[in-house]
Amino acid sequence: MMLYLKLFIEFFLTGLFAVGGGMATIPFLEDMSNRTGWFTHAQLADMIAVSESTPGPIGVNMATYVGYLTGGIPGGIIATLGLVTPSCIVILIVAAFLKAFRNSKYVERVFYGIRPASTALIGAAGVSVLMLCIVDVDAFVLSKKIFDLVDPKAIILFALIWVFTNLVKKTKKFHPLVFIAFSAIIGLVFKF
Amino acid sequence: MNKYLDVFISFAKVGVMTFGGGYAMLPMLQREIVENKGWAKEEELTDYFAIGQCTPGVIAVNTATFIGKKLYGIPGAIVATLGVIFPSVVIISLIAALITNFAHIPAVKHIFAGIRVCVCVLILNSVVKLWKKTVVDKITLAIFICVFVLAVIIDITPVVFVILAAVAGLIIGALKAKKGGEQ
Repeated sequence: MMLYLKLFIEFFLTGLFAVGGGMATIPFLEDMSNRTGWFTHAQLADMIAVSESTPGPIGVNMATYVGYLTGGIPGGIIATLGLVTPSCIVILIVAAFLKAFRNSKYVERVFYGIRPASTALIGAAGVSVLMLCIVDVDAFVLSKKIFDLVDPKAIILFALIWVFTNLVKKTKKFHPLVFIAFSAIIGLVFKF
Repeated sequence: MNKYLDVFISFAKVGVMTFGGGYAMLPMLQREIVENKGWAKEEELTDYFAIGQCTPGVIAVNTATFIGKKLYGIPGAIVATLGVIFPSVVIISLIAALITNFAHIPAVKHIFAGIRVCVCVLILNSVVKLWKKTVVDKITLAIFICVFVLAVIIDITPVVFVILAAVAGLIIGALKAKKGGEQ
């Protein structure tokens, strides 16, 4: 019972403070992983991949996933409800004062500050996922060889996907699912 | 058909058809809510979507709540929200159960190690995309740098940063207004 209550509260806070859509929940989940130990950073990266490649909003998918890992099917349901409850309340309030909300200089000022902060938080969470997949500090500390600091296979794949998603005109517009499937095959074939 | 069931099913459809959330959802909403059901006008939808982006929470959920509220008040809002999350809960529970059971197999480990690299690029890409929209001047750049550096070094809840950034936004706005008034 306590676990479900904790899950609900954690996701309620995430839903309340994550502004700007699905990716904005990542820094909150990372922090949750650090504090509660419900799931590892590696599992978080897997969740992002699964959430991107299955139907449904990313934020909702991630909440269900974490909830399931922590408390089975009821956990998944409770975490998801926790995530959407603040949205529901906030939107109901906003809907009641739609005009005032849209013209309020205070609302505008608050979001002027929050928007870049939210981007920065996602960036910082990205750094720690990067540390997990590509940079191996432990191996470097152990051997003191600079080549052990990065995983060359991962670097090549990273560069390849970056080029495909940013520079190649033909593949740029592909759905993330395509790149996730491609990386899965590369991971399997080259034994990542 | 019961009106609430109708709302639930329509939003569940949108939930199933949305891959990736956010902007991917807009065309699905247009087809189902505007064209098929006539529950909202095109401009209303764009408005709701814009507000959904700058209020807390998942954009898809916020938009669903808005339309549900407009249709049948608070019960409508709740039913629409439940509808949009329903497919995710079912699908992800199944996948999470599968992955948990097969995670120990070496081949599955290799697959996920490869996928994680892809996730890094996807996060990087979305940060770049968000950067273009949210870091618009010197002040927002300063906020970005402060939060980014602090969040990387210090291990505290992001809630603190969001609240501080909101307060900073209010103060900067007030200072700007004062400066503008004096001139």
